[in-house]
Amino acid sequence: MTLMKSLMAGCALTTLASGAAMADPALIYDLGGKFDKSFNEAAYAGATRWVEETGGTYKELEMQSEAQREQALRRLAETGANPIVMTGFAFGDVLNKIAPDYPDTRFAIIDMVVDQPNVQSVVFTEEEGSYLAGVMAGLASQTDIVGFIGGMDIPLIHKFECGYAQGFKATKPEGKVLINYTGTTPAAWNDPVKGGELAKAQISQGADVVYAAAGGTGIGVLQAVADAGKLGVGVDSNQNHLHPGSMLTSMVKRVDNAVYDAFVAGTDMVPGVKVMDLAAGGVDVAVDDANKDLVTPEMQAAIDEARAGIESGAIEVHDYMTDNTCPVQ
Amino acid sequence: MDFATIIQILDSAVRLMTPLLLACLAGLYSERSGVFDIGLEGKMLMAAFTSASVAFVTGSAWLGLLAGIAGSMALSLIHGLASITFRGNQLISGVAINFLASGMTVLLGIKIFGLGGRTPALTDGGRFNEVTLPFADALRDVPFLGPIYSELISGHTILVYVAFALVPLTWWVLFRTRFGLRLRAVGENPASVDTAGVSVTRLRFAAIALAGILCGLAGAYLATGLSAGFVKEMTAGRGFIALAALIFAKWRPWSALFATFLFGLLEAIANRYPNLDLGIVTVPSMFMNALPYILTVIILAGFVGRAIPPRAGGEPYVKER
Repeated sequence: MTLMKSLMAGCALTTLASGAAMADPALIYDLGGKFDKSFNEAAYAGATRWVEETGGTYKELEMQSEAQREQALRRLAETGANPIVMTGFAFGDVLNKIAPDYPDTRFAIIDMVVDQPNVQSVVFTEEEGSYLAGVMAGLASQTDIVGFIGGMDIPLIHKFECGYAQGFKATKPEGKVLINYTGTTPAAWNDPVKGGELAKAQISQGADVVYAAAGGTGIGVLQAVADAGKLGVGVDSNQNHLHPGSMLTSMVKRVDNAVYDAFVAGTDMVPGVKVMDLAAGGVDVAVDDANKDLVTPEMQAAIDEARAGIESGAIEVHDYMTDNTCPVQ
Repeated sequence: MDFATIIQILDSAVRLMTPLLLACLAGLYSERSGVFDIGLEGKMLMAAFTSASVAFVTGSAWLGLLAGIAGSMALSLIHGLASITFRGNQLISGVAINFLASGMTVLLGIKIFGLGGRTPALTDGGRFNEVTLPFADALRDVPFLGPIYSELISGHTILVYVAFALVPLTWWVLFRTRFGLRLRAVGENPASVDTAGVSVTRLRFAAIALAGILCGLAGAYLATGLSAGFVKEMTAGRGFIALAALIFAKWRPWSALFATFLFGLLEAIANRYPNLDLGIVTVPSMFMNALPYILTVIILAGFVGRAIPPRAGGEPYVKER
């Protein structure tokens, strides 16, 4: 009898919960997968933080193939999930198509701008975080030559490169930045062997700090850099733990904050472009136990100065994607 | 471009050509026996995954190497079963192997390590370290020959030397042994080999088993020699470049060495000079990376000596009744 009671109570609770579930937020991970130790995992961390703080529930979906995007979005929208957050620029076209079909649902897309009345586009000012990484590289470099290795040759990655070069040149005006891109196809994101060779080529040309903005390729870059006893700079999530002592820093994009904010705002999420910049805590350079010995007080002062300059507008970091050019080479 | 730079580029070319050379020799054995193998990419990928996983768990690069060979061999046997025993289409079987490897490695990787398909980074024992040849340090200061010996020839992992040694060995096996004669014959005219009382099936299985071993070496070199761990899709098309090199080399071992060196050199130059300035024109690295394929098309079109594949290639052997 007691069992029966609690079962019935359980049923009633479920019914109530499903009523509330109408407004459950949803999160869609891109092809990298939920536990990619990078972009998607950061999104997951943000959602987890929201669950811990509010006790709410959310729906989630991992993309398995390129063909699923539209289907996945429609399915979540039709089950009443609201808002729906998705990670990655690859959702851009699909979202632009389906957002008008669900005018009452709020969508948030990270790393892409989709101009629809019910979409919030979250973009990061990677150039500002990269600028700080460039400042650190400039101070850490003994040879005044630093390297940048990008993944696929697309404007978004040039944005990282350009910010980094500006920060470096601000510290070492006579220094030199060696620039390589892994390739022009998506395979360029997952080629650690080529990444390692590119890093070795840059090191043999005198580079002693190498910044990798190249996804899985970056793993090979940072490995080669650590093997050679030089310094690496990670990207997106905090990668300092990969090679403690050989990682100068990581340029982190706080995707977790973006997801957390979207979930907290819920259905009141404001559509339009949301810029997660340095001042808003959207990007930063990571300092933790793995690299704190490499960050000298002098370097920390320079970072703080640059940060204050960027936040106040005294230092203007050029965004490559506005005109597809970079003021420094 | 000074002498040291040339040595560095050649050194990089040697590292980059090694997986191509191993995969190319794998394809050579398989295709010379009349079994087309476009699953080189998938087998390398599977080998890279199994070798990195086992090397991480056991801490031994050598056990990793064995696991890599086993992983690649398993796919080889599937290919053999489908295309030799059941006489399926060899190209389709190869494509299936590529897809299978691409999916399985990520699936298993996520299941076992939970790192989005990656394996954890290998530490010292799990990687093949660079071998310093005798006197490499002593001879470093000898002009001209010193750098060539100590920088270019010395200082690679053991698998590089194995790959180079396999070229004359393959030549000897194919052209100087009875096994090699039969292997080549079975790729040209399997009926005649059958008439002589030699099993076509067994010969072809032997050939693809050799291909499995070689792809295993190539995959293990990628994951435990060149990098330190597996990353999803890390072969990045090298199996297909190896196939292109095989055609470029016209299915001959010494030419395979030359072809893969050329392709490795092109990639090394593209890595070093993203925009190669030749005075009159600037060559972008994209062009250098496309050049292996362009060269292969030129060879296939018959402009520079015709590439003729083994005559019985691609056709399952059916005994006449």
